[in-house]
Formats: sequence, structure tokens, C-alpha cells
Amino acid sequence: MTLFEAIILTIITASTPLLIAALGELVVERAGVLNLGVEGMMIIGAAAGIAAAITTGSSTLGVLVAVLAGMALSLVFAALVLGLAANQVAAGLALAILGLGLSGVIGAPFVGVQRAGIGKIEIPWLSDIPFLGPLLFRQDPFVYASVALVIGVWWFLTKSRAGLVLRAVGENHAAAHALGYPVRRIRLLAILFGGGCAGLAGAYMSLVYTPFWTSGMTGGRGWIALAIVVFASWLPFRAMVGAYLFGALTILQLHAQSAGVPLPSQFLAALPYLITILVLVLIMRARRGGVAGPASLGVPFVPDR
Amino acid sequence: MKLVMERRTETPISLMLISPLIAVALTLISAAIMFALLGKDPVAALSTYFLDPLSDSWGLQEVAVKATPLVLIAVGLAVCYRAKVWNIGAEGQFLFGAMAGGYIAIITHGSTQGPWLLPVMLLVGAMAGACFALIPALLRTRFGANEILTSLMLVYVAELLLDYLVRGPWRDPAGFNMPHSVVFEAEATLPLLMAGGRLNIGTPIMIAIVFAFMLLMGRTLKGFEIRLVGEAPRAARFAGFSETRLIITVFMISGALAGLAGVLEAAGTIKQLQPGISPGYGFTAIIVAFLGRLNPIGCLFAGIFIAITFIGGENAQIMLRLPLDATRVLQGLLLFFVLACDSLLLYRFRLLRGAAA
Amino acid sequence: MQASPPLLAAEGITKRFGALVANNAVDLKVAPGEIHALLGENGAGKSTLVKIIYGLLRPDAGRLVWRGAPVQVESARAARALGIGMVFQHFSLFEALTVAENVALALDGAESLDEIAQRLSETSRAYGLPLDPKREIWRLSVGERQRVEIMRCLMQDPSLLILDEPTSVLTPQEAEGLFATLARLRAEGRSVLYISHKLEEVRRICEAATILRGGQVVAHCDPRAETAAGLARMMMGGDVVPIRHDHIEAQGPVRLAVSALSLPALHTHGIALANINLELRAGEVLGIAGVAGNGQDELFAALSGEELAPHAGAIAMDGVAVGRAGINERRKRGAAFVPEERLGHGAAPAMRLTENALLSGHATNGFLRHGLVDRAKLTDFVGKVVRAFDVRKGPADPEARALSGGNLPSWGVDAGAAATIRQALMDLARAGSAVLVISQDLDELLEISDRLCVMFMGRLSPAMPTAQATRESLGLLMGGAGMAA
Repeated sequence: MTLFEAIILTIITASTPLLIAALGELVVERAGVLNLGVEGMMIIGAAAGIAAAITTGSSTLGVLVAVLAGMALSLVFAALVLGLAANQVAAGLALAILGLGLSGVIGAPFVGVQRAGIGKIEIPWLSDIPFLGPLLFRQDPFVYASVALVIGVWWFLTKSRAGLVLRAVGENHAAAHALGYPVRRIRLLAILFGGGCAGLAGAYMSLVYTPFWTSGMTGGRGWIALAIVVFASWLPFRAMVGAYLFGALTILQLHAQSAGVPLPSQFLAALPYLITILVLVLIMRARRGGVAGPASLGVPFVPDR
Repeated sequence: MKLVMERRTETPISLMLISPLIAVALTLISAAIMFALLGKDPVAALSTYFLDPLSDSWGLQEVAVKATPLVLIAVGLAVCYRAKVWNIGAEGQFLFGAMAGGYIAIITHGSTQGPWLLPVMLLVGAMAGACFALIPALLRTRFGANEILTSLMLVYVAELLLDYLVRGPWRDPAGFNMPHSVVFEAEATLPLLMAGGRLNIGTPIMIAIVFAFMLLMGRTLKGFEIRLVGEAPRAARFAGFSETRLIITVFMISGALAGLAGVLEAAGTIKQLQPGISPGYGFTAIIVAFLGRLNPIGCLFAGIFIAITFIGGENAQIMLRLPLDATRVLQGLLLFFVLACDSLLLYRFRLLRGAAA
Repeated sequence: MQASPPLLAAEGITKRFGALVANNAVDLKVAPGEIHALLGENGAGKSTLVKIIYGLLRPDAGRLVWRGAPVQVESARAARALGIGMVFQHFSLFEALTVAENVALALDGAESLDEIAQRLSETSRAYGLPLDPKREIWRLSVGERQRVEIMRCLMQDPSLLILDEPTSVLTPQEAEGLFATLARLRAEGRSVLYISHKLEEVRRICEAATILRGGQVVAHCDPRAETAAGLARMMMGGDVVPIRHDHIEAQGPVRLAVSALSLPALHTHGIALANINLELRAGEVLGIAGVAGNGQDELFAALSGEELAPHAGAIAMDGVAVGRAGINERRKRGAAFVPEERLGHGAAPAMRLTENALLSGHATNGFLRHGLVDRAKLTDFVGKVVRAFDVRKGPADPEARALSGGNLPSWGVDAGAAATIRQALMDLARAGSAVLVISQDLDELLEISDRLCVMFMGRLSPAMPTAQATRESLGLLMGGAGMAA
């Protein structure tokens, strides 16, 4: 394997959790809800996932528990913003803080416990294609799942009737309600999907990427996932581009550090964050006067009786 | 059966006072449940958490020391959130203020300067915080970039910058290669209020600022403008207030207070610069701001309460071997309950029953 | 009446919102193939009643009978399943979605989007309301949007179509088109429940009417057999005082002059102002008519100074160029502005009245003392205003969202209050002020204006004396005909 191939492979692994979490949030925002708590749901997924995997010895169960943990936390958020029409920004922040705290409590007994990561799945024949084979067809199941998720979310939003209803709810909740659509139920489902995706992304962090538990291990990836959704203009394939761009950035800055670039390592480490800011600015400039996201995004919905 | 929400026309004053108390009560109940689940005696744990810090002078002083930065930052954030401007990067502004103020202390190290040094440090710290907050403000007003994400990204940048400085140019030459700066000279540190503790003049400064902001928000045109932009942006424009200028103003106000808190912490409590200078004050202050109902006096009480959980959490870690993160869980839950109770203020809830309902 | 039971009967419908009784034992019968008017002032309970019929609200008492059988309408979906369709007054369309997608959302069947688009093209042509299924809603004009709303209902093949104030957003010519469509629906045996407060219109196209006042039915009648004045009396509960009417040719000095004002669109879905010219003299009321969304908001923003003109000379007050001056400078020069949507624009809904007075008065009325807000003076000021305009309010200093009505032009205000306001405007002008009124209500403008002009797509027609204006000529201008490019 060449160095170039190795770099590409690590970029794919670094991008996958960003992509999964961003796709979940994309669906949530398309339904008109802004959930800033991705970081919290992600890290609770990471903690719960590895705790379950170590306790039961099964990676599959670990992933399942991680998804459920992400959904459980998002349910608390849903209760607040849908049930009580609370401020979505504040509730999302609460979710992030709560998730970070809970993950510490859950993960505490498992600090330093090592376990083998989840193995790769080789697709027969295809994986033998020179160069492309090992890159595209010798990956862990999460990578395949993330690609399937991109296609699935795209199909759901643009082709399916349920996706049309979801977009309508995000666009104008009052009108959707007037047509008799259950706005809050649809948003609940979207929020749960987002929570599940964030939990899955967290499981990837603790079961594949690292693979062990350290406190605060998601390191702001949940927030970057939020930035990716804006970057992507709420479109699934662009979210994929965005996630891979950020993934590549993280990996390349690591390689630049080890290659001895004459810059302090902290400056290189700050690059992904600075570039996130730059990208947000460029995107807003490019989109001046264009589409600005779902119209009902972040607005609490209270049905009249 | 169906839960129905009706918007209130008037919010009773009693409810506005009671709602944060309900939130605190619900948090205490959840805390007891969590402690029991972690295998601890809930009553003993609760008393360690919430009563022991108040039982002696040392504990009380520590509560005041912790509450000082929390309240300062929260008062600034409350101004922002009132205007519906979402600065969540106070942690970064705090660090930036500490770095800038600390820089003055470091370059004057080893020489005698005089009484002007400390005021300059505080001023520079506040200004640095304001300038750092200006970045997301300008990105929002000039380019429309979401201030939530930009201000947060800058927290990581500030953390890394501090890390670089105390490992590189500002490292204490006599510090055995440890990542921290020199210990500040006595004249670059805040005078203590009493012997035998860490309570310093930062706390009275904080209290003075709380009252100044109460006047600002309640009685001046600026305060009115801030609240109006949050409530009804178009009406604010109609009133001749510029939204752009306001976003910049509130960001700089909250940045300045966070920066001031940072330099107070560096010069008062820690007396040097080091990476772990803040245990997440900038984020915890978000909870304080909401618990204090975005009101300066409210923030004061909320900050004291949260400070108690910090001290109590440390005690509980040592005495009961409770994980330190349990404190975060409590703070997160508290914010949840506060937001839930806030809905009680805006809406009246009724249960409708029966098929026709 | 054995032969045919009514298509829909509402019996004893009562609905309370807290202390307010929105509907009190309301009865209504709509026969098959009938265009039935539901008449009433704002706040009479019309909207509540139709929301109950359409399943959006549940009544506290009473029942609905559909084709002779009692029914529970649990949801809008259930209403559609029965064969009830509804066109809303404030459009309930999804701006970013296409016409076909908007229609598909209202259909409960299993048709694919392509099939719906196909059927939509055909049906809309058949009804003379052609539509392009692939266009996004935000690209459409107001009239086209209403077509989408109507087609959305017709695609469900309803037996009863509810129209809520459908002509309030249309030019007279577009309204004619709507009436033709309604006639066709009647010919097909469908019923229409037509909500309106426009009496002439109701007398022309409806053969039955139910009149509501204060949540109660005051009459069932045949509007064709009544005079407009008679209907108005039933609606208002007393004779409406006609406004003193003396159109004049004002000779006072020019107070406001706008010359060659152009302004790019404020936002994506906004309208750009193009070469606006007007002169407003002391002592006159100038009315600006036009269908909503033709640049009135933008013109208001430019005149008030919420948006600054590209160069100072574009707007002059008393001969002084103020195009680059902010709203408070213009207020200091003696201008006053009353926006269309009072709550959220002219006033902040969750703040107190005193604070709202501070909102527009802070620059001129001297409420500040040593930099602090002088509360006593503010409270005093609000007290005076409230007495002068008879604003109804409960406690001494309520939050603004608890107040009812009181905006200008009189959209959303009940007729009595509207008349008071109109009279006040005319008196203001006679006392030497110059008054500019932007409104979509042609009748209102014809009543109070001395001169009139029309806005269409960001352009303004030359002003004409009201005495020379007819509904037809104005309607043509509102539809864009005869507007110089």
C-alpha cells in the first residue's frame, strides 16, 4: 500500500462519522427543527456504544445501543422543543452539555479498556481491482452504511411522498398543519432519526476510529457536522462532499505535522476550525440572495386547538 | 386525551419568580435518582453537593470565587440572548482576555511598575475579549455567517493558541518544561479581601457590574433597544435602531465581560497562565444566563447556585468517589428544566379529554 | 323540505377560547349546488366556524350533519375524505415547493407526482385556470397562487368548496375570472361556502347568506333580495355612519416629493422599486392602491427611511432632501409612519404599551432624562393616546399582544374602529397635514383619498383625482394594463 493510498484510507475513516452525523441533522433541519445538540448525542453514542460492546462482548450490540442512546437523548430534546415549544437554540445547547456530562459518567468505568476494532468487509472480486479496490471495497461496514445513507436520504427527500411531507413541514408548518399533517409527529420522527445517526457516528468513533473510550473524544465533530449541513445547502450529496473535505483537512494537517512543516502543531490543529469559519463565510457570500434553508427552521410550532 | 397549549396574555409575576425554583427542585430530584443509580446514598450525596460548600468560610469563599467568572460571563451572554444573538463562544473570549491581560503581567515580570499595572491588565483583558467577540459579530453582519458556529469554532482556536503560548514563547523558563507561564508578581495579582482564603476584589467588581447592567437593561434606551431587537426586529428597524450596530454592540459587551472574567481569573485565582485555566466557565455561563432568566440580578443568584454545584462536585468526587462529570449532568439537566419551566410562563397548559377533545 | 336534505348542516355550534365565545349556538345549512355566503365583520366568528367545518378545530358543543347523517370531522384529512375542500384567506402554500408538489400534498391518494402533474395540467386548463406544475410557488403572482389553492381543492373533486375572503387579494378583473369559475362549479352541482365582507360581491353571486355578528347568527337571508345597506346593517348591528366626503384639489405646499426613486429588491422574494415619482401636498389624502406584494412594503420602507434611497434627492420633505436620512431624522422633520402589520413591525407584541410608545417616540418626544428613560412621562403619554383614540385595554399597562385592532390602513380592524380611523385621517388632512395611505382595499381608498395612484410590480402610476377614477380604470391599472414601462 502506498502512502497515498494510506492517506486516502484514513481520510475515509475520518470523514465517515462527520458524514453520518451531518446526514441525520440534515433531515432534522429539513423538517424545520434546529438541533444544536449533535455533539452531545454523538458522544453519548460513543460512550454507550463502547460500554455495551465491552460488557456484552458484541460489537453489533454496541452499535445498536449507541443508536438507541442517541435516540433517547434526542427524545429529551423533542419533548422540550415539540412538547413545550421551548427555544431550540437553548435546548440544543442543553443537550450538548447534558450529553457530554452523561458520557463521562457512563464511560468512567471503561477508561483505558482496549478492544479490537470492527473489521473491514471485503467485497469479493471488486476489492481486487488495483488501487480502487482496496479503497472502495475493503472498508468497514460503517463506510458502506454512510454511502447507503446518503443515497437513502436523497431518495427519501426528493422521490418519496413521506419526504415531500417532511419538506413541507419544514417549509411552512402552519400550512402543513392546515392540510391535516401531524407536524409534531413528523418532526419527532425526524429528530429521532437525527439522534440515531448521531449515536451511530459516535459508535464509529469509539468502536472503529480510536477504538477505546476517552472523555470528550468526539472533539467538536458534532459541531462541525452542523457546519457541514449549512455548507451543503441542506442537500445530501453536497453533505458528502463537505464531510470528505473536512475529513481530508483533518488528516492532511496531521500529515503536515509529522512531515515537519515549520509551523507550531497548534496552528495546524486550529486549521480545520478556521477553515470551517472560512467556508461558512464563502458559502453565505456565494448564496447571497439564493436559497437560505428551510423557512420554518428553528421556529417553535404551537398548533391552535 | 390531548395536551393543549394556550398563549398567555399576561404573565403573572409570581410565576416568573417561581419557575426557576421549580427547575431547581426538579434538578435536585433527578440528582437524587442519579446518585441512587450510581450506588450512593442520595441524601448524603445531596448534602455533600449542595450543603457542605456552604458550611464553612473556606467553602463560602470558594463559592464566591467560582461564581465571579460565571456571573460576569452570564450577564454579558444575557444581553446577547435578549437580543436573540447567539454568542456561545464566551469560553474563547474568556481565554483571550486572560491571555491578553496575562501578557501584560508576563512582559512586566521581574520589574516594579506601580499601581497602574492591575487596572491596565483588566482593561486590556476586557478589550481583548471584546475584540475576539467582534470576529463572529462581523462575520454575521458582513457575510451572514451563522454566529453560533463561528463563535464556537473560535473557542477551539483560542484554546490552541493558549496551549501554544504557554508551551512556547510564554513558558516559564524555570518551570521544568511544564506548560505554564511565570507566576505573576504580587502587584499583578488581585488583592485578597481577607486572609485565609482566595476571595479577592474580583467578586465586588462583579457585583458592581451586575448592578450597572441592571440599570442598563432596565432604564436606558440602549437596554430597550436590545430587548426590542430580540422581540420584534422589524419594529426595531421601524424605531430607527440599526440591527447591524446592535449585533456588534452586544457581541462586544459580552466579549468584554467574558474577557474581564478571564483576566480576573488569571490574575486573581490562578496567578499565572496555563492550559486548564477554565473548567468550561464560558459554557456553564450559558446555563447561568438562562437560569437567571436573562436578567442581571437573576444571573447573580443563578451563578451562585451553579458555583455551589462546582464546589460540591469536587467534594463529592473526593469524598464519595462520584465522577466529576456528574456535575455536568446536573448542570445540563438544570438547563433542560429551566427551559421547560419557561414554557409555563408563555403558555397555559390544559388537558383535554374525551373523543370530542 | 323533504326532497333534498342540505349537503351540510351545522347545528348549534359553540366554541369558546378562554373567556371569548367565538361561536355561540351557530346554525348553518348549505344546499347542494348553492353558493352560500357567510357574512360578518372581522371577529364575528366566520373563521372559527369554517375551521370547525374543515376539521381544524373541535366544537365545544353542537354537531355537523353531512348529507343528512351526523359526522365527526376529526381532521382536515377527514374533511377532505367527506368531500370538503378549503381555500384559505392567507395562502397556505409552500413557497419553495413546486405547484405539483403543493397539489400532491393536499391529495391523499396513491398517485405519483408525475401523474398528479399531468392531471393538474389538464384539469387546470379545463377550468380556465392554466398552471405550470413545475414552477415553484415563490415565482408566482398572487392571482396565480390563488389558482393553485383552488386547483388543489378541485383535484380532490369536492362537493363543498370553502373560500375564505377570496377576492381580497385580486384585481377586479381577476375577481371576474373567479366568479366565472364559481358559476361553473355550481353548474357541476357543487356547493360553495363563500366567506366575505364585500356586500356587492355577495349580492351578485350568492343565493343564500348566513350573517354572523359577535359569534351569533343574526340572520339567514337571500342576499339578492336585500340591499347592500340592509346587509351592512345586519352585519354591523346599526347604521354605519357615512364618512364626511369632500374630495378637494389641494393647493397647499408640497410636503413630500419623490422623484425617480429606484431601489433593488430587499430580499429574495421582494419587489424592486422602479422610477417612482409622486408629490404630496399639504391638506390632501393621497391613496396608493394595488394588489398586495406589488412593492407597497418596499415603498413604505423607502419613505419611512427603514431603507435608505440610493441618493438623497430621491425623497424630499418640505423641500429638504432626506433620501439618505434615517427614520428618526425624518420623524424629527415632522413625519409619522404607521406600518401595515402593527404587531412585530410598529409594535413589539410581548412588550408593554409604555415601552411601545418609546419605540417610535424616543427620537422626538423627550422621554429621556439624563440618559435614563423617564417612566412617568411615558406612562402619561400613553394615557393621553389611549384616551384620544379610545383604545380598549384591560389593566393599566398591558402587553401589546393583549390589545385588539387599531392599525392602519384598517386591515384586521373591525368596521367601527376602521371608520373612526378613516375619519381621523381625513380630519388630519383638512387640518393641513399631508396624508399618504397605502391600502389594498379599493373601497376604503375611494372613500377617503383626494387623489389616487396604483402600484404594480414596483412601478407607480401617475396620480388621478378620485372623482375621475372608476373601479374599472383602477382595476386595469392594478392588473398592470396601461402602465407605462
